[in-house]
Amino acid sequence: MHPAFSVIFLTTLIGAGQGLFLALFTGQLYASVQLIEPQGADFYTVGSVLSLALLIAGLGASFFHLGRPERAWRAASMWRTSWLSREVIVLPMMMGVVFFYGLFHYLGLTQPWFVAGDGALPIDATMVLGLLGVIVAFALFVCTGMIYASVKFLEEWHSPYTIGNFTFLGMASGFMLAAAYSAYLGNHLVGFYGTWAVIFTVLGLGTRIASLIRNATLKHKSTLQTAIGVRHRKIVQKSQGFTASSFNTREFFHHQSPDFLNLVRLVFLVMVFPVPLMLIGVSYVLESPTLPIAAFVIQYLGLVAERWYFFAEANHPQNLYYQSIA
Amino acid sequence: MTQLALVIDLNVCVGCHACVTSCKQWNTSGWAGPMVDENPYGADPTGTFFNRVQTFEVGSYPNTETVHFPKSCLHCEEPPCVPVCPTGASYKREDNGVVLVDYDKCIGCKYCSWACPYGVRELDEQQQVMKKCTLCIDRITDQSLPEKERQPACVLACPTNARLFGDVHDPDSEVSVAIRERGGYALMPEWGTKPANHYLPRQKTRMHISEDELQRADNPLSKEDITVYTGEETLDDVTW
Ligand code: SF4
Ligand code: SF4
Repeated sequence: MHPAFSVIFLTTLIGAGQGLFLALFTGQLYASVQLIEPQGADFYTVGSVLSLALLIAGLGASFFHLGRPERAWRAASMWRTSWLSREVIVLPMMMGVVFFYGLFHYLGLTQPWFVAGDGALPIDATMVLGLLGVIVAFALFVCTGMIYASVKFLEEWHSPYTIGNFTFLGMASGFMLAAAYSAYLGNHLVGFYGTWAVIFTVLGLGTRIASLIRNATLKHKSTLQTAIGVRHRKIVQKSQGFTASSFNTREFFHHQSPDFLNLVRLVFLVMVFPVPLMLIGVSYVLESPTLPIAAFVIQYLGLVAERWYFFAEANHPQNLYYQSIA
Repeated sequence: MTQLALVIDLNVCVGCHACVTSCKQWNTSGWAGPMVDENPYGADPTGTFFNRVQTFEVGSYPNTETVHFPKSCLHCEEPPCVPVCPTGASYKREDNGVVLVDYDKCIGCKYCSWACPYGVRELDEQQQVMKKCTLCIDRITDQSLPEKERQPACVLACPTNARLFGDVHDPDSEVSVAIRERGGYALMPEWGTKPANHYLPRQKTRMHISEDELQRADNPLSKEDITVYTGEETLDDVTW
């Protein structure tokens, strides 16, 4: 497939936004039961603004993918059958929850309504919003992943690993950002968020490597024989019916050499996994305020390469019909 | 239920592209138009087509065979392109099974083209909406046309009659009989899309003559004698 930067930025930016929100709420949960140092309202407010900004930037990028962006609102109508439609509904829900989560913290509406579990866990409005946000964030990861995983013709994508990758890599990048944010503020949560970021990065490494191995040995169902219905071992296309390009030759091919693909794979495998892990580890020892920021930025750029490769790697059966110009 | 479809006879298609041009001519000026061409006289022309004729070579020289292969939307009975559309712009007509795109609803997200294994949907460069074969829905449903002209433009244009059009759910229609009796098959059956369009395979017309048909063992002529003349007067010598 042709890797479109609109979709690459959409999926990486909202992944980081969702992950950051999950990180903020995880921090709030831990703090409310006194496992980590509690943070002031500002920490959550600014964090929510950051998460919301990422979600909005992702949504903005997605508009560049549409031929008719002014009609985008129509995309919410077919949620019964289309995962794309579901994503279009869940993404604004995510934004709404993050917005109100930040707003309630900003307004200080955090007086507990009641205290659950033997006086251990105070429940307030932000807690309820946070729980709702967790559900919505995971629903959004599933919707985004299923857009790709549900297309059975794209066999490289048609696997649960796709959802695993979108979820774990999004969370890794969000928690990494939370660690960078904490490092920038100079609070004591760098280690906490850093540890979670490492856990999700390692989980993401697991699903990503599994999908790379699966795709390396994938045997495609369709062949030129089934495509034109002629049973012969040797069939060559002599003409695709036109001499220049068409939508079919642009949308479904990456037009890059295999060497370039291998290079991108190497780049993302290095930038998403070992480098950020190492930087987080070192920053923990050195208590550096800048290394976690570098870790987030490098991992994010790596994820852009990862997403590029994700698209380029997928081979659509329609390509069988577009092998030779004339 | 009716399911309109094309049956394409690969045995007689000569790859002349008459269906391609007549399709473009009819549809660019009709309901589904325009089908925009970008840069038509430049180095890299590109444009929207509903139908393409491709050519494949089967076998190795000298035992090769050329297959001309017209390809357009197959109007699948289980169209995977329809449920993925987030706007409902892509739909399958209940009354005749034709798969269509509502150009006023389409947002040009291209998701349907990913969900079609046959590569027959093309995004129009200028209108930025998804386009594909409509089976000339504006011709075949036009009651003001004489009955025999209510056929897709490609079918009317084909000089070798390689394109048949009709209802594949009616067992007695020309297309159903052709599929049944001439080995009609569907493309990429592995995906379960149940294409309504079918293809008729190439067939070689061969005559089988066995040895005893040339040299009949019971040939009555072989029992007859040939008269041997040894100088005597024959009828040829008689002066009339
Ligand atoms: S051929 Fe492609 S576009 Fe046409 S109905 Fe089938 S899946 Fe849809
Ligand atoms: S490109 Fe148009 S017809 Fe295709 S899925 Fe998107 S909105 Fe539907």
